[in-house]
Amino acid sequence: MSNRFSDVASLKEELAGVDYLSDDGIAGVVYLADRLEKPILVEGPAGTGKTQLAKSVSEITGARLIRLQCYEGLDEAKALYEWNYKKQLLRIQAESSGEEWDDISEDIFSDEFLLTRPLLEAISADEPVVLLIDEVDRVELETEALLLEILSDYQVSIPELGTIEAKQIPLVFLTSNNTRELSEALKRRCLYLHVDYPDLEREKEIVLTKVPDITENLADQVARVVRSIRQIELKKHPSVSETLDWAKTLVLLGVEKIDEQTATQTINILLKYQSDINKALKDLATADGVSP
Amino acid sequence: MSVTESAGFDETVAMQEGIGDPILDLLNGFIVQLRSAGLPVSLTENLDAMEAVKHVPLGDRQTFKYALAATLVKHHNHWKAFETVFEVYFSLRGDEFSIGDDTLELPEMDDDEQQGEQTSGDQQGGGGDNLSPEELAEMLYRSLMRGDQQMMRGVARQAVKRYAGMEPGRPVGGTYYLYRTLRNLDLDGVLERLLEQEQNEEGDAPSDFEQRLQRDEYQSRIDSLQQEIEAEIRRRLVADRGVEAMAKTLRKPLPEDVDFMHASREEMASLRKAIYPLTRKLAARLQRKRRHGRKGPLDFRRTVRASLSYGGVPAEPKFRNPRPHKPEIFVIADISGSVAAFARFTLHLVYAISGQFSKVRAFVFIDGLDEVTHMFEGVEDINEAVHRVNTEADVVWVDGHSDYGHALQVFWEKYGKEIGPRTSIMILGDARNNYHASESWIIKAMHEKARAVHWLNPEPNSYWDTGDSIVGEYAQHCDGTFEVRNLRQLEGFVEHLA
Repeated sequence: MSNRFSDVASLKEELAGVDYLSDDGIAGVVYLADRLEKPILVEGPAGTGKTQLAKSVSEITGARLIRLQCYEGLDEAKALYEWNYKKQLLRIQAESSGEEWDDISEDIFSDEFLLTRPLLEAISADEPVVLLIDEVDRVELETEALLLEILSDYQVSIPELGTIEAKQIPLVFLTSNNTRELSEALKRRCLYLHVDYPDLEREKEIVLTKVPDITENLADQVARVVRSIRQIELKKHPSVSETLDWAKTLVLLGVEKIDEQTATQTINILLKYQSDINKALKDLATADGVSP
Repeated sequence: MSVTESAGFDETVAMQEGIGDPILDLLNGFIVQLRSAGLPVSLTENLDAMEAVKHVPLGDRQTFKYALAATLVKHHNHWKAFETVFEVYFSLRGDEFSIGDDTLELPEMDDDEQQGEQTSGDQQGGGGDNLSPEELAEMLYRSLMRGDQQMMRGVARQAVKRYAGMEPGRPVGGTYYLYRTLRNLDLDGVLERLLEQEQNEEGDAPSDFEQRLQRDEYQSRIDSLQQEIEAEIRRRLVADRGVEAMAKTLRKPLPEDVDFMHASREEMASLRKAIYPLTRKLAARLQRKRRHGRKGPLDFRRTVRASLSYGGVPAEPKFRNPRPHKPEIFVIADISGSVAAFARFTLHLVYAISGQFSKVRAFVFIDGLDEVTHMFEGVEDINEAVHRVNTEADVVWVDGHSDYGHALQVFWEKYGKEIGPRTSIMILGDARNNYHASESWIIKAMHEKARAVHWLNPEPNSYWDTGDSIVGEYAQHCDGTFEVRNLRQLEGFVEHLA
């Protein structure tokens, strides 16, 4: 059992120390993941700080962050390991005289000729690492199976070498934007954490921490406007990072109080679809708002 | 795995490991409840949960809840169901939630903010029992004004006690009590009063924009008050009737089991969000078939080229890539009154599908038929498109009662020629034909020309071919007829299709 964190409350504080404002759910699950030695599957809308969570945890634990960015067509050779063919070929040519094949074959399938890719690297590292498997929903269903062995047993099997077991148990984060349903097998091996848009108080705190020179009053207004916008049915709701961008813009423009005009002029930072912008502006200008 | 069996199994596992704590018994009971609510909890997840609770302080309700959620709930749509079961099951456990001391004190107010009318409440030592209705209303108003969570909880408890009229053993559901409580509190009136108060304080009249923000703020406070009231009612009901009975009454279908025809507005909204991943899945499945499908014919030129590296021996035959399969989809949907709710949903589905496939054509009918493909093109707001379909499409021929026969005839005359061997046709409707002619030969003819014809019926299987439903007559010419009443069944259809 690893004990990176002493308890949930102190973990929350440590995270806040590196400017990541978590809540009970987030800190609780990270704490459990450490205790149970299980990976965390983080799901939620884009731009709610899923990747940032992994980065922040690596920062507070002082561990190296190893990142595997997933994409369609990712395969074993790019995720796990690959034999260095060119080097193997050179080795064979260099020793072509006299030596028995058995010796060479034993030789060319050794560590020296193995190119480690992120997953294997995380397993074989001596120092503590945080492994981040980003946007795991982008790989095909079949490729997911690649991850299963490493997620449940923290080991990688290489036919020519045998099984490589982890020297230390890395803290693993998988993120997903939920564009497709992940397989049951993968979910079963992970702790599940859903990160949603923060509530008003937390969003305000985030704005205050991340945007220098912002007044508390303005941060409060920003959080309120964003909350109102998120209640409208839109194609894409403003993410936390967009909220931060908007807050920074308002600070740069020297705005002290958000009125309708400022909102209209800068709303394109929060919303990226023209239809959304039109709808939000129309909606915000009516005092009644949407019926609850 | 049936519930009773699996529960027995889990218990044996716990025994074998030599742990018989009361907390594990408790957890087992909880998991049985989760399973009967329909959540898929596997054995490993069960074990994980047992391991997890060892590491969290049991006194901390919130952390305990998150620990269970992280190990047992792997799907965001299931969170609500989990939360309900959790709140019911653990409602009477934990100190602050015990029901024994019935007169929960309303928190004392700060003296400096205290107004004259409030002092009477103070004198009663915060018992709150002797407050007049006006005083309670005033208290409610103040708690909302300040957004004081603690005070709101107190008000909620007091209000439920006073207004809900709960009596032990009364066979009514929680909604009835909720309605009674809310009616007495008149929250809409309170909201207006809060807003007026705000305006008076501001002096000059605020713009619509500011008013809007204010309203949202108060609305969210009122929502949280309402949640407190619901929790309080639930707590009392559980105390009265016991955990099992309550868990059963409060059980709601999981999002994937919600019937399209009877979905409420919120359920509809969550269904819409769920469709998108489903169409991705559909597209991904079809694409995969394209990529990993049967190899094409031998490619002579590339085989010879590859043979050079084996000294001219064609040791490695090369094949042409198979021709990419570009599916064409025709969706023909009934939008008459009998399936209106389902029709709205299918239009959303059509919209979502058209984003994933290059060629999707949509037709709607009642007793006439019209093509609506263009209404979905380049539209960013699906609700607008659906609205246009419902108002602009020319689908009424005589009287606006479903006539499948005539609608199919129109389709066949106008668009029949455009059906090709790559076309998949999906017909959505209940086949309630009002005793008109069926014209099922058209389906047969379609089936001969097209790649596949599927019929999706939003009615339960047992209603098929009763009354004026003639789905059986059409079904004999289709590749498949499916009952599609909820997301789970729709997903089943997608799997079948791909």
